Amino acid sequence: MSDMTNQDGRVRPGQGPLGHAEIDESITSRTETSGWQAIVRTQPFWVLMAILVIGLVMTFVSDVFLTERNLFNTTRNFAFFGIMALGMSAVICTAGIDLSVGSLMGLAGVVTGLVMQAGYGIVPGFLACMGVCVLVGLINGVLIAYLRMAPFVVTLGMLAMARSVSMVISNNKMIYDFGPDTELYLWLGGESVLGIPNPVWVLIILTAVFGWVWRYSTWGRWVIAIGGNAKAARLAGIPVERILVSVYVLSAVTAGLAAFLLVGWFGSVTNALGTGYELNVIAATVIGGANLMGGVVYALGAPIGAALMELIRNSLLLAGIDALWQQFFVGLFLIIAVLLEQIRNRGKSD
Amino acid sequence: MSLLELDDITKSFGAIHALQGVSLSIRPGEALGLMGDNGAGKSTLMRIIAGNFRPTSGAIRIEGREVHFHKPIDARNSGIEIVYQDLGLCDNLSAAANVFLGRELKKSFGPIRYLDYKTMYQRSGEIFAELKSETRPRDLVRQMSGGQRQAVAIARTRLSDPKLVLMDEPTAAISVRQVAEVLTLIRRLKDTGHAVILVSHRMPDVFDVCDRVAVLRRGTKVADKRISETTPEEVTGLITGAIGAA
Repeated sequence: MSDMTNQDGRVRPGQGPLGHAEIDESITSRTETSGWQAIVRTQPFWVLMAILVIGLVMTFVSDVFLTERNLFNTTRNFAFFGIMALGMSAVICTAGIDLSVGSLMGLAGVVTGLVMQAGYGIVPGFLACMGVCVLVGLINGVLIAYLRMAPFVVTLGMLAMARSVSMVISNNKMIYDFGPDTELYLWLGGESVLGIPNPVWVLIILTAVFGWVWRYSTWGRWVIAIGGNAKAARLAGIPVERILVSVYVLSAVTAGLAAFLLVGWFGSVTNALGTGYELNVIAATVIGGANLMGGVVYALGAPIGAALMELIRNSLLLAGIDALWQQFFVGLFLIIAVLLEQIRNRGKSD
Repeated sequence: MSLLELDDITKSFGAIHALQGVSLSIRPGEALGLMGDNGAGKSTLMRIIAGNFRPTSGAIRIEGREVHFHKPIDARNSGIEIVYQDLGLCDNLSAAANVFLGRELKKSFGPIRYLDYKTMYQRSGEIFAELKSETRPRDLVRQMSGGQRQAVAIARTRLSDPKLVLMDEPTAAISVRQVAEVLTLIRRLKDTGHAVILVSHRMPDVFDVCDRVAVLRRGTKVADKRISETTPEEVTGLITGAIGAA
């Protein structure tokens, strides 16, 4: 990319003074940037810088911060949000929103628990968890894409309904017996491989997969195109409705995956699992650089946004500040992230 | 034989008759200027040709065969490409990504298929060079001038080598020099045997590149003349209604 940076905007030898149109064009086209400059311009980069700064400060404030135990816990805690934020990024990229992910976690967790409690083993438990999520995602997606309902309303309704169903089928009881595969399940959610917690592995792998998908897959390209200009995408022959449905299914599936791992870590599940998580996931996604107007997505933004939020929580805790302040800072960072985005956009359009 | 033939096309929206018995034909290598005041039915006719609307009655024939367009993709598959006035571009994607939108080139690695950036950049670069446009394949459309955007939209139509290119006000929002570029492109399309329908308000453009001009007024065709047999004054009269029909 960098080899083209300076070609324009320079008077070429042998040509007289530039005409107005040429000057005009040289100004508008002198925007190509090198790979490094492109990275520096992205929001995930700046959030990552913020993480490093906070981390640096915390090493001085607290002796505990850099301990293996603390880093292990911190990374595992944000893995669940990071996984869901990957799915939410896709939804937000289409200028949609999915408020149902928190409730869906409850439903998916309870379904997993019930199936495994009945002695079916971990594979049927996982498939049931995924099945329920695909179904909920399909309902959300079809209502939004084909019936043209507002994503906010549809998923808000689903938020209430999914939570209610999880209360009904769990009979409001806690499930802590996961049948014959209990041990394997608890290992999956709570233990680690090569010193890295299993949910973090899942997050790492999924982030890599999404990084590839956003850059190299047709599906990813189409999702970004729909977020940029849905009408143009439709005229170009992209099956906009089907892609929208797939995006909501994806978001639901990542919520199910997070729920599955989270229950394995907790070793128990109640129908309150994931209450309020939708806000944290949306905040992580937006802090990670997603634009609520659509058309912008970064695979790395999801884990980075989730990491910043968990880091704030952890830092407050270690700094001895009341944990009740946590949501205040999450909200504050959310607002700052959106504000920064707006300031940058204003700079672009001027 | 006519490339495209519209036969007695009528389109009603409830009680509103947007088009009443419009017939039109165009041959390969011919450029037809489609003119008319706002609300004369130009855009309705355009949307019927593009496959956005289905006519209430009447037939559309391409190379003598009757066709029925249910979706824009049907029209495209029949060899009709449209350059929309708002250009239908995704601002957040690169020029090359827009050119290939919906028909991305892919490479295979075993069972995995992935976007072939290199070929798409190269191919769209060639098209821009052909159009004598300074548009660069990697630039984001968001950062482009009106003329560059136009080049991207026109480059899109070149991919499929269509029989007919329908352009909706292509010169409405660009600089004088870029207008000349677009008109040159239209001539080049004609030279290569493409038919062009130019929907335009700009009299000089139509008289510059078109072979024929058709005028719509209140949903009916009031004139269909060779450019050499008419004058801008007559066409203006036909559009406004000062001249009844010709």
